[in-house]
Amino acid sequence: MRSAIRTGAIAAIAAAALIMTGCSADTGSTGTADDPIELTYWAWAPNLDKVVDIWNSEHPEIQVTVNKQDGGDPAITKLLTAIKAGVGAPDLIQAEYQKIPTLVASDALADISGSIGDDVAGQFPDGVWQSVTLGGDALYAVPQDTGPMMFYYRADLFEQYGLTVPTTWDEYAETARALHAADPTKYLGTFSANDAGWFAGLAQQAKAEWWSIDGDSWGVGIDEEPTQKVAEYWGGLVAEGAIDNKPMYTPEWNAALNDGSQAGWLGAVWGPGVLSGNAADTAGLWKAATLPTWDGDVSNGNWGGSSTAVTSQSKNVDAATEFATWLNTDPEAVAALVEQTGIYPADTDAAASVLTEAPEFFSNQPDFYDVAAEAAQAVAPFTYGPNVNVAFSAYNDEFAKAAEAKTVDAFLAAVTAMQTTTIDDLKAGGFSVSE
Amino acid sequence: MTATVDAPRGDTTPAPRHPLAPRSPKGPKRRRAKGALTPWMMLAPGIVLFTVFMAAPIFYTLALSFQKEQVKGLGLGGDSRTREFAGLENYVSTFSDPEFLASVGRVLVYGLILVPTMLGLALLFALLLDARRTGAKGFSRVSIFLPYAVPAVISSLLWGFLYLPAVSPFYWIFEQLGWDDVPSLLSPGLVIFAIANIGLWGGVGFNMIVMYTSLKAVPSDIYEAARIDGASEVQIAWRIKVPIIMPALIMTALFSMIATLQVFAEPMTLRPLTNSLSTSWSPLMFVYRDAFTRDDIYSAAATSIIIALATFAISFLFLRVVQRRAFGQED
Repeated sequence: MRSAIRTGAIAAIAAAALIMTGCSADTGSTGTADDPIELTYWAWAPNLDKVVDIWNSEHPEIQVTVNKQDGGDPAITKLLTAIKAGVGAPDLIQAEYQKIPTLVASDALADISGSIGDDVAGQFPDGVWQSVTLGGDALYAVPQDTGPMMFYYRADLFEQYGLTVPTTWDEYAETARALHAADPTKYLGTFSANDAGWFAGLAQQAKAEWWSIDGDSWGVGIDEEPTQKVAEYWGGLVAEGAIDNKPMYTPEWNAALNDGSQAGWLGAVWGPGVLSGNAADTAGLWKAATLPTWDGDVSNGNWGGSSTAVTSQSKNVDAATEFATWLNTDPEAVAALVEQTGIYPADTDAAASVLTEAPEFFSNQPDFYDVAAEAAQAVAPFTYGPNVNVAFSAYNDEFAKAAEAKTVDAFLAAVTAMQTTTIDDLKAGGFSVSE
Repeated sequence: MTATVDAPRGDTTPAPRHPLAPRSPKGPKRRRAKGALTPWMMLAPGIVLFTVFMAAPIFYTLALSFQKEQVKGLGLGGDSRTREFAGLENYVSTFSDPEFLASVGRVLVYGLILVPTMLGLALLFALLLDARRTGAKGFSRVSIFLPYAVPAVISSLLWGFLYLPAVSPFYWIFEQLGWDDVPSLLSPGLVIFAIANIGLWGGVGFNMIVMYTSLKAVPSDIYEAARIDGASEVQIAWRIKVPIIMPALIMTALFSMIATLQVFAEPMTLRPLTNSLSTSWSPLMFVYRDAFTRDDIYSAAATSIIIALATFAISFLFLRVVQRRAFGQED
């Protein structure tokens, strides 16, 4: 046994040593067609490899291999594990905007500001650019797509029940009540405790600032008036039973979208893909509108959206940055992204020139992308913090309880609990937090 | 193979020997050294595998559990993170987290529901299969065992569909029968039964096979003697078979208890379907959340050590208590 202990200690030291090394600041050499630079790219957008094939055929000196991931969360988990281990991270990763501060805090991303042209910043809306720079001089990713929120509704059911499209949240509540009263099996929407990003988008629309940078400290403002207002509103609707309280993205929710039990959905610009996949029978019956507003105050939130980041383990930062820039700003690449993966590009000009025809599922609404552009323009600025994962998992737990309790008080208590969990986690990690 | 090659230097014995035969009596030291090495060489694969895949990770986990990561200021940039010695801080925070204690409580209730039901059914099926007049034994055995071959994630997905009223054929039947208010098994009060049911479905077959196998090992003349004495099949089962396979029952109980403490795949898979399961529903989900959602492997390591020690303690206590009763006569 003693020898086992000694060997164990040696193994532990060896593992620790592995962690200490890693991370080199080398930006890499240039490849040739005979000896190309090989880049790996972890991404989960469907068919992204087909877009990358275009690059590979045009750039024999830099060859990119897409390694398909399960989704945003698992990919980041894997990356953070590889960063801790010191080996195994890819050169490039598809990273959602809310993950960037977490990744930067774990030193997982390379600063690519030195490898990129000065003109790239101008291609993206300021709010989006801020989320890849975190407001500083460094640049941690090239924006790929955004997810301005939109309100989807079943136009046929609205006509059948004589409903009008709500433009404010008060009207949305009335419409929800009217629909549910006309047919108790139908709901205008559901409050999903599973989708923290969805709730964050709704809070963003209400001008919430969940995180803020105050000098050398983080501010946490979840339990403040804007988010409380949103929680109180949804708690009220759930309490009176005007909307459903079941999570989204379950087989039950899919069935409800398909059979009309869910007659509306607060989704985002990527909604057509979700609806065509989950409610195929309803093609041509949906319409999209901008999100209802708080008393006419034009504003919007983002749900989702991602960027292409270069990891700190990449030995070819320049080549990886060149590829990431091409992928998200080159007109041919952006057009292919839209066609193959169905994203809404963050590059404003490219979006306008590529997105002219409504998605097939929305062929009944030729102006779909005009509505989308309007929604994208109204997005309010929002800063994510270094522990979004903690706040989001607190959202899952606390709002699941609240959605089952079905009281306004429970919803407000959930907001408070999110705030407490988020601040406690920052403090326990040693972050300086301003109060 | 000749003596000149085989014999040690200076050995004058000319007779050829079998290579594996004992060597010359002049080299006893060497022989002992070689002999002492043999068992170690035989053990080496086991020791190496144990060290690399068990001991090293355990010691590494132990080392992690006494550390923590601290950042400075905003925590952005590479130099702002340091690893520090944390003492027992991680252990204290696990024990003082009401969510951890609640998850332990939930798993204990889950075990109280699952283990007796599962072992009871497994024993019943094993006895029925072993009874003389049972037909289609092979078919029954395979069909009871088959669910064990389905991975927990798959079975949880399948059961998840069956639990969701909108897509479940059961609820469709209830509706046709006019039973409108059948509560969903995924509602907060009932979800523990929903999970226990998945564990039951998958676990009965395995335990049944273990018990049935040990029933098969019993010599049949014991039963014949009992029958001559006028014992009925039920009496044979209860008075003879159950006591004889008691060691198998204890082993399955122990394995089931350990598996219960480690329940993870079922609640993890069902979680997105319902508001009733938190991200820290079971102790292992608590560990998973800390390690991968909150990115705090140090707390997760401490909680893992606590769970491992608790599992060990419970197993040890259980064996102490039942061993005296079950094997008391044999000692």
